[in-house]
Amino acid sequence: MADLSINFAGIKSPNPFWIASGPPSNTAYQSHRAFEAGWGGVVWKTIGDPIVNVASRYSALNLGGQRMVGFNNIELISDRSPETNFREIKEVKDRWPNHAVIASLMVDTRERWHEFVKRSADCGADGIELNFGCPHGMCERGMGSAVGQNPDVAETIVGWVMEAAEIPVIVKLTPNITNVVYAARAAKRAGADAISLINTINSITNVNLDTLTPEPYVRGLSSHGGYCGPAVKPIALNMVQSCAADPEVNLPISGIGGIGNWRDAAEFIALGSLSLQVCTAVMHYGFRIVEDMNEGLSDYLDSKGYKSVAEFSGAAVKSLSDWKYLDLHYKRVARIDYDKCIGCNLCYIACEDGAHQCIDLVDSAPHGLGPGRVPGKPVPEVREEDCVGCNLCSIVCPVDDCITMVEIETGRDKMSWDDYQTRLARGEMEPLPAHP
Amino acid sequence: MPIQPLLDAETAARNMAEKAPRYTPQEALIEANRCLFCFDAPCIMACPTGIDIPSFIKKIANKNPVASARTILTANVLGASCARVCPTDVLCEAACVVLDLEGDPVKIGRLQRYATDYVFEHHIDVLHAPAEKNGKKVAVLGAGPAGLGCAAELAQLGYEVTVFDKKKAGGGLNTYGIAYYKMRPQISLDEVKMIEGLGVKFRYGVEIGKDISVADLEKNCDAIFLGLGLGGANRLGIPGEDLPEVVDALEFIEWIRTRPLHEVPVGRRVAVLGCGNTAIDAVTQSKRLGAEVATIIYRRGEDDMPAYEFEYELAKNDGATFHFHTIPTEVLSENGHVKALRLARTEVRDGKMHVVPGSGWIEEFDLVLKAVGQEKQTAVLTKLFHGLKLDAKGRVEHNPETMATAIAKVFVGGDCANGGREVVNAVAEGKKAARGINAMLTKQKVAGPVQPSRHGSKDGATGSGFNHPIRVPELLAAMAQ
Repeated sequence: MADLSINFAGIKSPNPFWIASGPPSNTAYQSHRAFEAGWGGVVWKTIGDPIVNVASRYSALNLGGQRMVGFNNIELISDRSPETNFREIKEVKDRWPNHAVIASLMVDTRERWHEFVKRSADCGADGIELNFGCPHGMCERGMGSAVGQNPDVAETIVGWVMEAAEIPVIVKLTPNITNVVYAARAAKRAGADAISLINTINSITNVNLDTLTPEPYVRGLSSHGGYCGPAVKPIALNMVQSCAADPEVNLPISGIGGIGNWRDAAEFIALGSLSLQVCTAVMHYGFRIVEDMNEGLSDYLDSKGYKSVAEFSGAAVKSLSDWKYLDLHYKRVARIDYDKCIGCNLCYIACEDGAHQCIDLVDSAPHGLGPGRVPGKPVPEVREEDCVGCNLCSIVCPVDDCITMVEIETGRDKMSWDDYQTRLARGEMEPLPAHP
Repeated sequence: MPIQPLLDAETAARNMAEKAPRYTPQEALIEANRCLFCFDAPCIMACPTGIDIPSFIKKIANKNPVASARTILTANVLGASCARVCPTDVLCEAACVVLDLEGDPVKIGRLQRYATDYVFEHHIDVLHAPAEKNGKKVAVLGAGPAGLGCAAELAQLGYEVTVFDKKKAGGGLNTYGIAYYKMRPQISLDEVKMIEGLGVKFRYGVEIGKDISVADLEKNCDAIFLGLGLGGANRLGIPGEDLPEVVDALEFIEWIRTRPLHEVPVGRRVAVLGCGNTAIDAVTQSKRLGAEVATIIYRRGEDDMPAYEFEYELAKNDGATFHFHTIPTEVLSENGHVKALRLARTEVRDGKMHVVPGSGWIEEFDLVLKAVGQEKQTAVLTKLFHGLKLDAKGRVEHNPETMATAIAKVFVGGDCANGGREVVNAVAEGKKAARGINAMLTKQKVAGPVQPSRHGSKDGATGSGFNHPIRVPELLAAMAQ
């Protein structure tokens, strides 16, 4: 059995699954329930000077009957007093000494940061997460993403925190920024122990076409919210990998953004995360989802021969490179399995109207009938010599493994864009002909 | 004993509840999202009216049932009744690719019902006739599905259309001859009302050749459409056939559709002769209205019956019993009322059916429903329309594209042209005839249906079932041989 426990910048946790700072980590009551269900850590709902919340607060993007593909909120940081929050953190730590409890903080002045950092350590928190990411409400008051979007300001404030910090400090980054790596580097320069990302993305999930006011609705108005849930995973993975691959950052990463099951988790770990934070999936299904996460991740690590999460962490980071290093001589083409093709012709129309016109509808006779294809109805056929190998048909095909992308041996040596430019400059080759 | 109603109103209503109730909006959304939105979808090829099925389902998924109904009703003006009575198991849903992917097709019929119900319930007109008529008049004989299909299409093309029918209301078999648990008569009447809204005039209680002469019609109209359907049930040719409790199955179904359910007389022991889909409708409804025994009597075997498999299953589930290879030889009576049937076994020898000698027995029944096929209107048609040509099976000969008959200006569609097929075939033929009439009178063809979900297909409209409807189970069976 693989070891799921982690040591994240000095924060020890029995497994890498933490409740992200948000509504599920609002109280001691919830933290107890989370740990009972099997979570390894809790990042407390952000503590700061008390705020007041509105009703309503959440909205969602549903897609094709699937609920909460994306999720949006305009809830602010904790509306409970710092005293209550710190007292409850102590209570949780007393009962769960081997689990990770991290205090998420958001205040404004240097003095207040010093005070809150000290109070976090005093109540027994294992670490501190700095909320530099909240994109709604608090940023209007110069906090949250207003800090995270300005690396210089972020660096200054991390500096203030480090002056007082005796426990590990994680800086939570906002994705509402041109290049998240600059923010990560700022955290590093200021001495932070780790980073976590991503926070939520500015969003409006939808407009009610009857009232013309979006949800969440607050007496005639809505407000720009923070977007999360399954839909943001690709954005989060991109940013996590970018930070993991950057030699200047070189900090432990807590991955956040659309994680709902062990597979998502494994992908975040593969791209450089060590701990994982989950909020939306818990808001959808409750703390119980962690059981499958722990089991699935453990089974996966075992099946691949990894002994620990740390050993697996970052295993896929190097599988990404700049575009200019990709092989221009690599060829793959789409191939249709006529024993599986049901004849929906989605591949045909996608290629015809949306890609490179490399699929024909042809007489079905040579391909037989397959599962339920209508006799006499034309079937799609790939013109392999014209196929650019874009993947689109295999993506739209509703049947698993019906269209596969097959590697074609071209007999040509690898040549990247970089190589190409070099050879052109040296006069070693003629320019490649433009696509007709 | 004369037969009488057997159930109280509440029980009868419960037993005759709709087989496939309307989807809730959420059910419709879930089901609509199962559709893959195929390009050049096979379901369209299997629909005789060529409804753009993927498009109408997409519109349900996108929460626009009005646009969905517009797509449906533009292709098939009786889309609401077809949603209920079409044998989707052998038509569109048999061609659905999701059937092959998941083992369960998209429920096209029920989605079609959802969308069409929406516009009927909200009184939204999605079809429109031009404000200015083209000055040409067409008489449509028969207010059944073929006549309605023809009339609605002509009205939308600007014609002045009058529909004549001998019944008291329009809709034909949709109003009078469909199993109650499949469709309520009101749906059919609502469809007629919608077609009235297109400016079509209806004259009921009119018999051609009696109340109005063909010569008058020919003089006053630019074209005539024959949608007269079929005649009464075939004769059995056995003693006792004219007893009061030997009833045409379609007449029994008409009782159900025109009287309160608890006032429909039904036998305690009902024999249904024949094993087509009308026989199934009769036997299941007999059971549901309280018959203790309802038995199909069929001279051939289980594998030969013309009824669809799903109809057979329904009848078995309703507790109907089946006597295969059995033939009635006499209806026995007591005091002038049906008491029993004398039955005999049949067998096929040398390719011919024979009664097995000495195999006779008597079984008690108090109601005998004849579902052994309907007569063709051969005599009526040829007497009224001199020069009309009928084929060997009594069907009016016609051009399959224009539905023109041997007589100039006379067009045909529906059961009297095809010998008795589905409602959806009748609507399609009526519509084809309307286009044939228009082509004749304007020297211009109406463009074939262009379905958005097939936009960009190389063969234009030819893949649509409106031109060449397919039945996938039959194609597969033919290939297997």
